Amino acid sequence: MSAWNATFRRDFALMWAGGAGAVAPLGFFFGATLLVPLAMGPERTLLESAGPPLLWIAVALAVLMTLERLFQADLEDGSLEQMLLSPTPLELIVLAKGAALWCAVGLPLALAAAPAAIALQAPVSALPAIVGGVMLGAAAFIGVGLVGAAVTAGVRRAGVLIALIVLPFFAPPVIFGAAAASGEDVGAALAVLAGCAFAAMALGPFGAAAALRLQAE
Amino acid sequence: MNAAGPFPDKNAVEVAQLTLARGARVLIEGLSFRAEPGEYVELRGANGTGKTSLLRAIAGFLRPKGGQVRIHGAEEPALALHYVAHQNGLKGAASVRGHLRYWAGLFGAPLDEAAALDQLGLARQADLPARVLSQGQARRLALTRLVIAPRPIWLLDEPAAALDAEGRAVLAGLIEAHRARGGIALAAVHEALGPAPSREIVLGLA
Repeated sequence: MSAWNATFRRDFALMWAGGAGAVAPLGFFFGATLLVPLAMGPERTLLESAGPPLLWIAVALAVLMTLERLFQADLEDGSLEQMLLSPTPLELIVLAKGAALWCAVGLPLALAAAPAAIALQAPVSALPAIVGGVMLGAAAFIGVGLVGAAVTAGVRRAGVLIALIVLPFFAPPVIFGAAAASGEDVGAALAVLAGCAFAAMALGPFGAAAALRLQAE
Repeated sequence: MNAAGPFPDKNAVEVAQLTLARGARVLIEGLSFRAEPGEYVELRGANGTGKTSLLRAIAGFLRPKGGQVRIHGAEEPALALHYVAHQNGLKGAASVRGHLRYWAGLFGAPLDEAAALDQLGLARQADLPARVLSQGQARRLALTRLVIAPRPIWLLDEPAAALDAEGRAVLAGLIEAHRARGGIALAAVHEALGPAPSREIVLGLA
């Protein structure tokens, strides 16, 4: 088994095991999106215009929740040092952790976006664009989030700091994701989202690995 | 015992005029020594004299303030060494067996699960999550890394902490076998581990 596989399987398993790493963000997402129609009332036009932005804000915050412990745990328990002794470059190991996070949290969020969108009165025809958009958007959030999580790995109660670092970079996916979800120019919006996702997942691991090497000191 | 033969490269650890600092405080100044294949070096010294920092500097985690650490005979120093520290590097929710598989993958080594478990006396705990292990068992699990991936240089930071008498004997046996194969072991200790050290470095005397 390669280091990539080993890291991916371990992280994926740990996120679903005991620690509730994947369940809490999903619960948050459902809570946030399903409470909105209750709070705003059943008025269709209001929900139709407010729904997509709210859904995307919920996705962004749900991903943000998972970032704080992503590398902090590895730094505290000594796992990070073992990663530095692997023949596989740290960048790839970080990418494997990001991919595991996407599979454990990003994909379920994308699937959860369908019922959430229906609760927010989105037309059924818009669901494919919403689900696909969240898949791409979650990848973009995670790619950026890797850097934020790595930079703050040594900081106690880093949640606020991570938010300050990554939220500005969450803006483009949120803007284009909400555009795709509301049905205007879906193809172009999804293309931009895909660009954000690939750029973040390609560059994020390099920034994160550099930050983690410093943290190991 | 792991079937790895003697290590092909003549590895050596050379520390030259090493100065280490934590913040503004200088821990080690102008330390020089060289460890050849088959050597077992014990690092001694009171708490806070820089034993851990020295091991971390040799591992390449900590940047020296001055001087150099050279790992001879290894293209990539990080791949020639093992580091066992206070933090065992365990995840509470993952099983003992899961840890072995993860490390084998991480270090790119083929895994003989049964042999590794037997050697450290963890066969009965193989399917337990690491969270329920005792301190000593957790340390034994961390020590399986030494067996899973044969690497010539071992950096051990108080490796016997929390180990019972039998565990200490196992650890001493591992170190002896490692020396016999031409490996190098550096251990920070407070009490002798058992194997007669070929060299003893006492920190904090200056």
